[in-house]
Amino acid sequence: MPADDTPDGTALDTPVDTLVSVEGLGIRYGSEWALRDVTLDIRRHEIFGIIGPANAGKTSFLRALNRMDEFTPSMHIEGSVVFGGRDVSSWRNVYALRRRIGVVFPLPVGLPLSVYDNVALAPRLAGVRHKDDLDEIVERCLRRAALWDEVRDRLDSLGSLLSGGQQQRLTIARALSQDPELLLLDEFSIAVDPVTTMRIEDVLKELREEITIVLVTNLVQQARRLADRTAFFLSGECVELAPTEQLFSGEVRDRRTTDYVEGRFG
Amino acid sequence: MQAGPKSASDPLSSDRRDAAWYVDKAVQVLVFVGGISAIILIIGIFAFILIQGVGFLASAFDLREFFGSPRWAPTSDHNTTYGALALIAGTASVTGLAMLVAVPFSLGAAIYIAEFATGRTREALKILVELLAAIPSVVWGFIGLSIMNPLIIHAFDVPVGLNVLNAGIILGLMAAPIMTTIAEDALKAVPDGYREAAEALGATRWQIVFRVVLPAARNGLVAAVLLGIGRGFGETMAVLMASGHSINLPTSPFDSVRALTATIAAELGETAVGSEHYQALFTLGCLLFLVTFVINLSADLIVRGVRRR
Repeated sequence: MPADDTPDGTALDTPVDTLVSVEGLGIRYGSEWALRDVTLDIRRHEIFGIIGPANAGKTSFLRALNRMDEFTPSMHIEGSVVFGGRDVSSWRNVYALRRRIGVVFPLPVGLPLSVYDNVALAPRLAGVRHKDDLDEIVERCLRRAALWDEVRDRLDSLGSLLSGGQQQRLTIARALSQDPELLLLDEFSIAVDPVTTMRIEDVLKELREEITIVLVTNLVQQARRLADRTAFFLSGECVELAPTEQLFSGEVRDRRTTDYVEGRFG
Repeated sequence: MQAGPKSASDPLSSDRRDAAWYVDKAVQVLVFVGGISAIILIIGIFAFILIQGVGFLASAFDLREFFGSPRWAPTSDHNTTYGALALIAGTASVTGLAMLVAVPFSLGAAIYIAEFATGRTREALKILVELLAAIPSVVWGFIGLSIMNPLIIHAFDVPVGLNVLNAGIILGLMAAPIMTTIAEDALKAVPDGYREAAEALGATRWQIVFRVVLPAARNGLVAAVLLGIGRGFGETMAVLMASGHSINLPTSPFDSVRALTATIAAELGETAVGSEHYQALFTLGCLLFLVTFVINLSADLIVRGVRRR
């Protein structure tokens, strides 16, 4: 990162390729605000880390990006989220929007289908029919998620029978199956052993070449290892946004950030 | 490491069978009796039916006649035959048609309640469905007799409206609420994480239901249908009233038929206790018992299969 970055991480001298532009985003459930007045940009091909204690609004933020609010009638969104140059609320076909954004949830969800069908589900729903095409997608995605070597001989067995760490990589393979431009990860390592966590982190580093990643994590050090820029959310507010190293070096605007990353609360 | 003052002075003084000890023993015995009473009752009922029917099974019973002949003529003067084929066919045809009615209805209702309805609509529907299940079967029979009968006569221009069609529809409507409740439980047992994962992949509501939720709930849904079939086999009053109660091998839905259960209900009061006819009716009872037992058992095993996964 160049030294003349502004505090919010926007470089002054290089043109920035913005993929997601969030402005004045507020989210409330009923009358309870989960997130208030968040304004930030996510750049193409970066890993954008979000750290913060529980109830900071991190998960709600992710849900707003791909409009996962449809199943939660009490969830209300204010402000705007522009993805790829277009406001997400203007999409008439919300399903088509979601196909361009992959999501990985905290707990691994191997659908009760075979390993193959887990990865092939989304392409099939989107209309891919040819066996050769599906074979190619399944193998490519499982390879990218570093799972292929472990499951290549048992693609027909139930995905829900894999170990937790394997299921989480299966979830990542599934999220990649529609070539999303944006991958959202919500505390992916919460139910995964440390070895698998490191393998997934390696996968994410490789994926950065091709897609943009938003990484919500409860592990401060994970954000430090992976993220190019990191935002610190606290009680529904974006307290800090800076290049990751700067955030961890103490050059911050808000004392609470340093308190949090050094483990003094949260 | 210091023990309490009481046990230190006399460790044995606290070792007495107190009230709690006796209550615990009493409850254990009570619960055990309650538990095994189900087993005792099942065995007892089956033994009773079998003993009542055993005289017939040992003497006049002819396997080929029983399952092969449609002629049920226990009171015929010159040629008494006990052919249960027409009765079996009657029960099977009515139950089969009932499932054609009940399966789409109950699955549709269960999917709507579990996956689409929200808040008050959902709660109201659940209560209504349970109320429907509580309607006495004689009321359903009454509807078959006084509403469906003229309706079928007019709509299809047939002489009699008490037939397979009538009884099948009535029985289908009767079985649907129970099947709906069980099917809805099966759908609700599918973890929300599955729905959320599919939603995040861009699946539509219907795709989520059809591609993810229904396959995941498959065993529970099969069990719901099996229990509906069991209900159909065992139902007596409504079928007696709506089926026409005449011995026939049905060739069309407009044929009147007679069901196994209805035969027992209608004839048992007219037979001399211990007579051949009386015993033959108990043999029909054995058959019914075995069929419903097998159906319910397989439903149970299938549901257990779900739980193990």
